[in-house]
Amino acid sequence: MGLVDSVKPASVKQRVSRVLAASLVAAGALMATAAYAGPTLDKITSRGSIKAGVGTTPGFFSPDSSGRWQGFFVDIGRALAITALGDPEKIEFTSSSPQQRLPALQAGEFDILLSGVTITPTRALQLGFHFGPTVFYDGQGLLVRKDLGVTSAAELDGATIGVQSGTTGELNLADFFRKQGKSFKPLTIEDTRQFNAALEEGRVDAITQDSADLVGKQRQLKNPENYVLLPERLSKEPLAPAIAGGDDRWLELVNWTVYALIQAEELGITSENVDTFLDSQDPSIRRFLGADPSLAQAIGLDPKWAYNIIKNVGNYGEVFERHLKPLGWERGYNNIWTNGGLLYSPPFR
Amino acid sequence: MTTVDDALASIRREREAERRPAAGEKGVAAGLARLRKLRNGLFGTWVNTLITLLTVLALWLIVPPFVRWAIIDAVWTGTSEDCAQAAGACWAFIGAKFNFIMFAFYPPSLHWRPFMVLVVIAALLVATATPRLWRRELLLAWFVGIVGSWLLMAGTFSPPTVASNQWGGLPVTMLVWTVCFGLGTPLAIGLALARRSNMRGVRVLAILFIELMRAIPFIAILYVAMLILPMAVPGGALIDKTIRAMIMITLFWSAYIAEVVRGGLQTIPAGQEDAAKALGLGYWRTTQLIILPQALRTVVPALVNQAIGFLLATSLLATIGIFDLLNAARASATDPKWLGYYDEAYMLVAFIYFILCYGGSRYSIWLERRLNVSHRR
Repeated sequence: MGLVDSVKPASVKQRVSRVLAASLVAAGALMATAAYAGPTLDKITSRGSIKAGVGTTPGFFSPDSSGRWQGFFVDIGRALAITALGDPEKIEFTSSSPQQRLPALQAGEFDILLSGVTITPTRALQLGFHFGPTVFYDGQGLLVRKDLGVTSAAELDGATIGVQSGTTGELNLADFFRKQGKSFKPLTIEDTRQFNAALEEGRVDAITQDSADLVGKQRQLKNPENYVLLPERLSKEPLAPAIAGGDDRWLELVNWTVYALIQAEELGITSENVDTFLDSQDPSIRRFLGADPSLAQAIGLDPKWAYNIIKNVGNYGEVFERHLKPLGWERGYNNIWTNGGLLYSPPFR
Repeated sequence: MTTVDDALASIRREREAERRPAAGEKGVAAGLARLRKLRNGLFGTWVNTLITLLTVLALWLIVPPFVRWAIIDAVWTGTSEDCAQAAGACWAFIGAKFNFIMFAFYPPSLHWRPFMVLVVIAALLVATATPRLWRRELLLAWFVGIVGSWLLMAGTFSPPTVASNQWGGLPVTMLVWTVCFGLGTPLAIGLALARRSNMRGVRVLAILFIELMRAIPFIAILYVAMLILPMAVPGGALIDKTIRAMIMITLFWSAYIAEVVRGGLQTIPAGQEDAAKALGLGYWRTTQLIILPQALRTVVPALVNQAIGFLLATSLLATIGIFDLLNAARASATDPKWLGYYDEAYMLVAFIYFILCYGGSRYSIWLERRLNVSHRR
């Protein structure tokens, strides 16, 4: 958790320079492609499918009644399958617990983790994992009872707050209150299901967890409308796809799949209207959707890859609306930069 | 223990004494006697009275709210919207999710396959539970049944094929349980014999293996299967995760079963071995004809007991991302359309585990009695 800023700008810069380099060698595009392919991508191509590790958090990844995976990260995975293999179904999702996800990625059990891994320097530099772009800006939130009449976390002076044991949540909470010069009483809760019970029975005034979990928890409370998620975020949890090191091209495919989702929303292209953009005269749109195949050929992808992603999965906003809006999520930081959010795609050229 | 046994024996005698007049003509007198008996049992002493009252209180606190939740206020059919309105259990959730909990990610159009596997395993279990059928053919039936089940689940000879990471639910629980126990038992017999061997090297190796396995928690074994094996063994990542887990579980369980078998071996008096030697039987003939048949017979109830424990332990497969029955139930309640009906999902799973374990424990009691009878004879 935290220390995100020191990682992200550098990697973005790297990516941009890599893209420039790639466009310089565009002449021998196909040969370059072969040279780029690394161990992970080789495995994916020979297997004919991507192995993705996910979790089970409502809205982000969960099986539906027929056993098909659904959710925000799952759709990003399907988009990635289109980029890498041209078929949204050529990806297998496997749920694994938070403790064993990263070791499993290291062991080659997964090609990618789409389980909402927070970008941290330890994971990137010490453990050697590589991160795609942040696809979801999360943070530790506070869910409080409405009858406390509290509208911001700073007003929670002296409150009893439930935190999950074994997480950095308690530390973040202590930091936050110390900064504010306020006091609080932590109540450590072991089992995640007891959070709701503690809140309903009034044993705690508030519970704290990553807001992704809190939104899900709030829906499971007996009277969800009696509780409110405070606007403050006590920590930064930028969730990104994570891959093992050693396969640059695979990392770039992940990057540009996410960028394509964001770029499509910025251009106003949705799964419904994408066909009307095919005869657009805007050169950037023509390059993006493959009406002008020069870009896709240069980077060694199917000219229709971005089109297929948008057609099958939708743009970032559609994915968000489909899976997270029904659970009560607002776009907030997770909006494109032109709408005041943090999502920004480098240009497609 | 003797005092407890005496007490149980006296209770049994009293019960039998009671039953006799009831079977006779004097129905009213017998009924009265039974009432008196009941009253003495419930309120005979102040301790009994206290226990009775506390039990009634506990039942009164637990049962009515549970009945209200599980039956009276429950929603039996409908959608999650109907359930959200109600205060009781949402059994409609089970209706919608039953297939997922039972078979997890197995493709719905092919659900007949895992269903057939369940039928086959159930039939094999029933056959195994019948002492009359304890013959070589049963082993063959198990082999054919399990290999057939595996091929059917994988779709090897009847496409479409289904990768094992899509398997899940009860069939996985049952397959892992039966295969690992089935393969672990012969291994365990070998280990138990090795541990009692006169050959020092063999004995030391067996002791090392058994004690090492018994000193490691089950979860650690699963992590080894999931993470260490692929890195340690060349091409290990190519072996299917479920199979890797099953290999490690078999090794792990065999250490526990070996100790049970060793207990059985120790019940055989040394004189029998000497007598066999005197008859000119070698080690293997002695073991095969004299020692093992008797030793295994004594430990069968203990093995059944062990098997029940192992069945429950399979739920730890969830920690390495295998969708066993319990994990499938948990995941079923994370669907945004049916969010948070964990209680109902866990109730269903608890019910299934209960049937399996209770059946197993009753069987173990029955078997013990039966084997004891034959022993006495």
